[in-house]
Amino acid sequence: MDWVEYRLPIMRVANMHAIQYPAPRNMNFWYMFGFLATIVLVNQIVTGVWLTMSFTPTAEEAFASVEYIMRDVEYGYILRYMHSTGASAFFIVVYLHMFRGMIYGSYQKPRELLWLFGMFIYLALMAEAFMGYVLPWGQMSYWGAQVIVSLFSAIPVIGPDLVIWIQGDYVISGATLNRFFALHVIALPLVIVILVFLHIVALHEVGSNNPDGTDVKRKKGSLSEDEKTNYKIHEYYTDKYDIVDDIVPFFPHIVLKDLVGFSFFLLAFCYIMFFNPEMGGYFLEHPNFEIANPLKTPEHIFPVWYFTPFYAILKAVPHKLGGVIAMFAAIIFLALLPWLDRGKVKSWRYRCGLHKWNLMIFAAVFIFLGYLGGTPQENWKIIASQILTIMYFGFFVLLFIYSKNERTKPVPARITE
Amino acid sequence: MRKIIFVLSLLLPLGVMAAGGNVHLDKAEYDLTDKASLQTGAKLFMNYCLGCHQTQYQRYQRTFEDLGIPVELGQANLQFTGEKPGEHIKNAMPSESGAKWFGAPPPDLTLVARVRGADWIYTYLRSFYVDESTKFGVNNLVFPDVGMPHALQELQGVPRKTTEKMLIDGEMVDRYVGIKADGSGELSAAEYDTAVLDLVNYLVYIGEPSRLQSEKIGRWVMIFLLVLLVLVYLLKKEYWRDVH
Repeated sequence: MDWVEYRLPIMRVANMHAIQYPAPRNMNFWYMFGFLATIVLVNQIVTGVWLTMSFTPTAEEAFASVEYIMRDVEYGYILRYMHSTGASAFFIVVYLHMFRGMIYGSYQKPRELLWLFGMFIYLALMAEAFMGYVLPWGQMSYWGAQVIVSLFSAIPVIGPDLVIWIQGDYVISGATLNRFFALHVIALPLVIVILVFLHIVALHEVGSNNPDGTDVKRKKGSLSEDEKTNYKIHEYYTDKYDIVDDIVPFFPHIVLKDLVGFSFFLLAFCYIMFFNPEMGGYFLEHPNFEIANPLKTPEHIFPVWYFTPFYAILKAVPHKLGGVIAMFAAIIFLALLPWLDRGKVKSWRYRCGLHKWNLMIFAAVFIFLGYLGGTPQENWKIIASQILTIMYFGFFVLLFIYSKNERTKPVPARITE
Repeated sequence: MRKIIFVLSLLLPLGVMAAGGNVHLDKAEYDLTDKASLQTGAKLFMNYCLGCHQTQYQRYQRTFEDLGIPVELGQANLQFTGEKPGEHIKNAMPSESGAKWFGAPPPDLTLVARVRGADWIYTYLRSFYVDESTKFGVNNLVFPDVGMPHALQELQGVPRKTTEKMLIDGEMVDRYVGIKADGSGELSAAEYDTAVLDLVNYLVYIGEPSRLQSEKIGRWVMIFLLVLLVLVYLLKKEYWRDVH
């Protein structure tokens, strides 16, 4: 052990980042979704590798090879459902993880870069999920890709050529499927893994936030001995800071806590996976069990549920390029949150009542946009999605205005729970 | 608690199922554990559907094994195409001919139950009616101007949109009472419904042959996870006891 450790600091890194890492003791259930997202990422990679072994990325064979996995590969249906349920689970935990960051102000100084890495992960994840959905080559794979890729044609001047460049053909075809396969199984997973690594390193550099927003790391020499924690914390942190007696070590405390959440998560995950993998047509859309047919446009084309809020924003704007800009702006505004929020207090517990309402309404607007983007269009829905789009952006505008001179409550000097 | 409700409300839209279709669909009370029903369904499929519709992703042998049919018996009575039991359930109709005869090649039905849903098929197969204006002399309530003949007419008889004279508000009026067969079929109306249900059951099975195995494994997994949850929770509680 020592021989290895002398040459490769395995234990030192493990101690620093996974064992003797100081975590605020009041981290509640909202703080398990990052852990869960990591687990789901591992699940996607492992099941993905095994699916790749039997999948054929050609327009002729892709659909049949998925059914081959479902029928002829031993327990292939479990691998496939783990992967398809995992895709939706990934977005559920990531959305909850992001909302946690919003309510407790985890994007604020000094965690701006951490938040940005998170947003990049989210973008990469959306690209990854979109390309993955094309692979089974069902009707929704094909027509969904058609809708999304054609968005790029709205870009002035280069748009139409860009679409051909992305597709590798004049239409969505086997060439598109093949390159999406390459991007889905190699390029984007690599990007995501690297970004997740950076996300975690950046987190451990500035430390975890908590529901009070009270910093548990203080200036060196500012705390008396009995205010400091008695837990064994890695020198990497104690050399630079005094650590308040409000923390627990990551292992075993946080790990065990996350494992409880993980067990709950697995119960829900496995229930869906074994008993209801289609999840009422949300996780696996019914029309996608029909092989892609370029000559037959489906009656309704919907993206999978996790894209529908942005799809609703896209459709709310009665101008193609305008819609595309609005859709991307919706994500860019989220990424700019650390600078749009000018408040100094992190947690919504100690911020003004308006902020709480603003956050709650934002969450409701997001969900309702998702509903509108995932159901057939009707006249009232167009107006509704326009109003909700304005409300979506209104969240950021309001936040920018009231956060400047906000009436906040005093933040406790020590963690309260 | 408020927060938990909040999280649940975030997850809620996922469970809400979209309602679809304009025609009322009858509920197909199929039962995947009913082997006799599945066997009847398989027999009906091989005899009445496979001539035009393939189930090219499924193999004969898998079907025989899952349905409890001895392979020799299945090959002798149900396998009309191919030689080996491991072959896919295909027919001999070239898709160009299909396109010529029906306007479009008859779709593969392996996954039809996952695309359309059991209720749709159950209602569809009971909704053909005589309509001389169409190419095949029949139309369908669920699938207007459908491009196929009524393949099960031999069983159902000739189905017609039927009206009956009724006394309503003191007046005799013709009232539409639904589609009724003329009695020339091999089966009675109730028997026909059961036969269609068997066929639907088979199509649901073939759409996802691992359904029952999945649920069997799933039950053990759920039990394991419940035990794990209790143990992990107790362990967590023990370690956190001293944290103020």
